[in-house]
Amino acid sequence: MSFMKKEYVMGNSAIAIGALSSGVKMVAGYPGTPSTEIIETIFHVPHEGVHLEWSVNEKAAMEVCASASYAGFRSLVTMKQVGLNVASDPLMSLAYVGVKGGMVIVVADDPGPISSQTEQDTRRFAKFARLPVFDPASPEQAFLMVQDAFKFSEQYHTPVILRPTTRVCHGYAAIEFNENYAPHEAEGFIKDSDKWVIFPKLSRTNHELIEKRNAVLANKLADYRFNTVLECNSKGNKAVFASGISYAYVREYQHEHPDFSLVQIGTAYPFPEKLAVKVLGAVEEVICFEELSPFVEESLLETVGKYHLNVSIKGKLTGDVPHAGELSVKICREILDRFFENRHKEVLTHFDDQPSLPVRPPVLCAGCPHRGAFYAVKVAMKKKKTYYCGDIGCYTLGNASPLDMVDTCLCMGGGITMAQGFAHMDKEAVSFAFIGDSTFFASGITGIVNAIYNEANIIVCVLDNATTAMTGHQPHPGTGFNLMGNFVDKLDIEKILEGLGVVKTVIVNPHDLKASVSAVKECEKLSGVKVIIFRAPCISLVKSSQKCIISDKCRNCGICIKKLGCPAIIMEDGETVIDESLCVGCNLCAQVCPHKAIEKITHG
Amino acid sequence: MDRNILICGVGGQGTVLASKLIASAFMAQGETVHSAETIGMAQRGGSVTSHIRVGTSAFSPLIPDEKGDLILAFEPAEAVRNLNYLKPEGMVIVNSHPVKPVTESLNDTGYDGTEMISFLRRHYRSTYVVNSHCVCAEFGSLKFFNIIILGMACGLGVLGVDREALIGEIEKKVKEKFVEVNKKAFDVGYKLGENYVTD
Repeated sequence: MSFMKKEYVMGNSAIAIGALSSGVKMVAGYPGTPSTEIIETIFHVPHEGVHLEWSVNEKAAMEVCASASYAGFRSLVTMKQVGLNVASDPLMSLAYVGVKGGMVIVVADDPGPISSQTEQDTRRFAKFARLPVFDPASPEQAFLMVQDAFKFSEQYHTPVILRPTTRVCHGYAAIEFNENYAPHEAEGFIKDSDKWVIFPKLSRTNHELIEKRNAVLANKLADYRFNTVLECNSKGNKAVFASGISYAYVREYQHEHPDFSLVQIGTAYPFPEKLAVKVLGAVEEVICFEELSPFVEESLLETVGKYHLNVSIKGKLTGDVPHAGELSVKICREILDRFFENRHKEVLTHFDDQPSLPVRPPVLCAGCPHRGAFYAVKVAMKKKKTYYCGDIGCYTLGNASPLDMVDTCLCMGGGITMAQGFAHMDKEAVSFAFIGDSTFFASGITGIVNAIYNEANIIVCVLDNATTAMTGHQPHPGTGFNLMGNFVDKLDIEKILEGLGVVKTVIVNPHDLKASVSAVKECEKLSGVKVIIFRAPCISLVKSSQKCIISDKCRNCGICIKKLGCPAIIMEDGETVIDESLCVGCNLCAQVCPHKAIEKITHG
Repeated sequence: MDRNILICGVGGQGTVLASKLIASAFMAQGETVHSAETIGMAQRGGSVTSHIRVGTSAFSPLIPDEKGDLILAFEPAEAVRNLNYLKPEGMVIVNSHPVKPVTESLNDTGYDGTEMISFLRRHYRSTYVVNSHCVCAEFGSLKFFNIIILGMACGLGVLGVDREALIGEIEKKVKEKFVEVNKKAFDVGYKLGENYVTD
């Protein structure tokens, strides 16, 4: 009887199923685009016997998984690329200590960047930490690579990084797997302080061993199934190298022009040098396609130098391939047309009469409680000198016109501490930090401690919508639900603040403009650390039976649009109209309207 | 079969479900399928696209420029924004009702979608127009437009999957209590496609 099942899934789901098929026993991570759906998939498919959690941040996730793997179990950690910055402390040490049960760290990179702060390249982090890194070119490869990564991890006693990028994470493909998977059991942790306690002596010894191991691994990886040369009647003296999704882009080109060798580098580190030398020795010119940083390109240059090969390497460093942004079939094609000089260049259609397109930046949803919070602070602080420090989450969108309420945004939790810097440098101004509930738990609390201890005079606005909204509504410590399917005690933000010793905590409903404005004004009068918790659930979580309508008192002055920028209110032929399919009846516009022309009604 | 279909619109219009239904209907017919979705920040009212690639020689998750056979556009400007993916002889099925971004209402540039539709008609002989507000009226919600436009493409005979395969996927993928109304929406679209009169 066969238990094989074929499913059409997203790359992230393929990774999740690959990990479950590998017998993973412990899974932890923090949500972040484009990595979030890995843990969400595990939550939704059978995973009996697996401990699954959204940790408070990536550092916690990696540490939880480390001990599981010390005890011999297989563990999976997931995060986006900037999450690895947070988890870099345990990562660097873990690389020295090593693991017993296989440990795969999935770090999703985001070329573009499409939904991220940086275009950092996790392959660099892998090399920095001396850890192997697998770089899939498709969801199908990601599915197989995560399974390979577990085997390598266990065989070489090291954490292994799997680095998919957005297009792999969010691409869909069919995968086939055995439904009868189950966690591998292990004998458990065996105490041995010479092995598991990081001390200078251990680090020195292991440093030596790690470098020796990586040389062995580089040799072995030259024959790895995703380090390949795809030869297509190549008679010429040129070859193409590619890694990750760029390989898929170049394959489109090779399919049309099957007359050159294409090399995929599926393990950027340790670099499969033997394979590269074989190709480099047979050609005169090579071009390298990869997103983010010239990692493979630099490895090729190193190889060329080491073996005194007479090959020129083109890529980002020669200006042939762009440094920033995503690559695409189109970009690769243009570059390859130039590289293989004699090609007939493809001319794409262009119309001179194309009308200009409306810009469509992402905005806070209609009825989003954050809009009320931002607007209340704006009204209360009218004509005052202020600093508005934003943070990472939906509420970063508070920067857009007409709200324009985010002056800075740096990193997770950074707003609270940045507001302190402004407050110390400029005592005349009022310094605000805006932070969401999930981000507060992830890395906001230490900032509050710092503010109290160092006597900062700030107002922290916790925008508590009872979920991790931007990444698709994951639960967190304040929601009372965890991924083991259990209802647990909610961590109470006001009690935490009270325990820390803030001067004042006010809880207010951001849909109530008057109360919100007076809460801000009240806090402004006090010195020290004040916190306003703007509390109302994300509109995606609750079904509203209410909406706002415009009455005949409306003079079409457009004040509601100009002040709030709600996507549900539009101007149509000079008339103000509320789009009923978007409006959830938050009633903020009615409180702003000078003519009392907006009414809230219950429909149904 | 090699076929490239692009679905585009604005976050929240239900493009992802349409894409999933098409992809799985192709799979049910034994085809190799790949697709790609916009997920993340852009879902908050930004431009979104789904790329569906059928056939064994598709490697890139996104459709290469001018390889697309068909665009299903849930919004007029989004159709124009994604034309670079369409073959010069390709087909566009487009919703004429615009979704005005906040920035448009703030600056009042007068965007109403009509110039997009006439531009499409000027350059693409196979431009088929449908108004979401008209066709969704009997359902009382614009949320059914994704299924209607799917039915319309199927009725026009340009999707490459059978009506039965798509209805089968609706039965599998849509919540049970909404299956009937979605099948009805599909039929409304299918008839629109079948009886479409080019003007």
